[in-house]
Amino acid sequence: MKILAYAEQRDGKFKKVAYEVVHAAHQAASQLGAELAALVVGKDVEGIAPELGAYGTKKVYVVQDDRLHYYSSTAYAKAVAAAVESTGSDILFLPATAMGKDLAARLSAKLGAGLAADCTQLRYDGGEIIATRPVYAGKALVDVRVNSTRKIFTLRPNVFSAGNPAMEKAAVEKVNVPLEDSDFASKVTSISTAKAGRPDLTEADIIISGGRGLGGPENFKMIEELADLLGAGVGASRAAVDAGWRPHEDQVGQTGKTVSPSLYVAVAISGAIQHLAGMSSSKYIVAINKDKEAPIFQVADYGIVGDAFEIVPELTLQLKKALGKE
Amino acid sequence: MKLFVCVNQVPDTETKVKVSPDGKTIDRSDVNLILNPYDEFAVEAALQLKEKFGGEVTYVSVGGDSNKEVIRKALAMGGDKGILIKTESTGDSYSVAKAIAEALKDSGADMIFFGKQSIDYDDASVGTMVAELLGLPSASVVVKLEVSQNVVTCEREIEGGKETVELTLPCVITAQKGLNEPRYPSLKGIMAAKSKPITEVTPAPIAPLAEVLEMRKPPAKQPGKILGTDKTAVPELIRLLHEEAKVI
Repeated sequence: MKILAYAEQRDGKFKKVAYEVVHAAHQAASQLGAELAALVVGKDVEGIAPELGAYGTKKVYVVQDDRLHYYSSTAYAKAVAAAVESTGSDILFLPATAMGKDLAARLSAKLGAGLAADCTQLRYDGGEIIATRPVYAGKALVDVRVNSTRKIFTLRPNVFSAGNPAMEKAAVEKVNVPLEDSDFASKVTSISTAKAGRPDLTEADIIISGGRGLGGPENFKMIEELADLLGAGVGASRAAVDAGWRPHEDQVGQTGKTVSPSLYVAVAISGAIQHLAGMSSSKYIVAINKDKEAPIFQVADYGIVGDAFEIVPELTLQLKKALGKE
Repeated sequence: MKLFVCVNQVPDTETKVKVSPDGKTIDRSDVNLILNPYDEFAVEAALQLKEKFGGEVTYVSVGGDSNKEVIRKALAMGGDKGILIKTESTGDSYSVAKAIAEALKDSGADMIFFGKQSIDYDDASVGTMVAELLGLPSASVVVKLEVSQNVVTCEREIEGGKETVELTLPCVITAQKGLNEPRYPSLKGIMAAKSKPITEVTPAPIAPLAEVLEMRKPPAKQPGKILGTDKTAVPELIRLLHEEAKVI
């Protein structure tokens, strides 16, 4: 049995989730007695490939082409499918990222491989992988088994451990995939990064979120100050987004992002069920709300029942002192 | 333009999920079923293109008779007709995508729209699978869309930014919140929808490739500590985050 781990890179740098995927695949390989290799697709990526050895793979296949600098749903899928075929891989792991989800869906259809998407846990039973994944934005969990010969699993970022990197370099082997211009029927032509310096919610280790109780967009300034102090992402409830105070990509919840940071601070968010669905898998939750009956306190590890306009600036001030950033 | 929008019926976001006695699906009794929220952006995108370029909008849904309700809901917003692909069981994303691809393979579609994911199984896969099965280019999680001549330019959301994607017609688009503001069905629209045709097709059964073995509720979280009612609680909060949770 052979396992192939897709290591996502952008601009010649691996994303953190690439290490998580390689390490999770490494653990799956040892549980199943399977052979492991990683796969990198992009432009000039041969040079970074060996570093994946630190996360448990001895071999890295590389598909590189100047036209693969940016993502192309069609061309990347062709490249990965060709690598799956030529390496005789049975199981493919990808990250459940914007790129990984798109690619996994194409590959599932292309290869006739069943897909377990956005998995948060893997266990092994009689030589099979049983994947746990949240559904209804985390209101329920399902255990899924893929029954096709080839199988695809996408792993939610920030959930699986990347392990302790070892001082190992992986051997690199190029896979030659001839790509035609017609393979780029859908292609990315440019990328714009929105919020310089602030991590994306699905990748952030800490998230500070604000809700309707803040009363207006200007009051998100104190949320941003606290977030920037901690290197955190800024989130919002649906109420705050629907009011036009924050862009929709900041929305946490069932019709927004599902997040699992180490620390989630909910400020002036009451905790509607659709919000709780998106954030209750956070490792630690802090709630600051003046309504002691607010449902957010039901999931919070630590709560302060009080006025956000008093507590948040104080928290920022005290943390600045503690972190020596006054 | 020949426009298709695939629409799904899902429990609304206020639903408190209960697992049904089969232990594999949710209990749909007492659950309010709605048009999948992301599909509303897909419907709106297709209607705007029809208004601009002319043509027709057809809605496609996979499921049982109750899925006609979401087709009617979409028809009330606008558009021309519906196709219900009747299936007994839900299957997986692959079997749903196969059924849609089979139904649309000779449709002459210029564009096929989906919501970026259904808020029940959250797979975010069916649209892109259909694209691959039909040999079409696609862009997923789209927040901006322009169609000019034969070229579609759109923006898709990625971690911490946006990608501009260029693709050629015919193509598949999956819509994300932010793409547009879906219109509300007018009373006239609701009345008109009642007489718009919905045809039914029954595909040969397609075996799913992935199987749900068990569904369960996540372990309930114990309510935590209330540390105080004003800013004097802040030092204790910082201490706990540092010493107990070890997150800062």
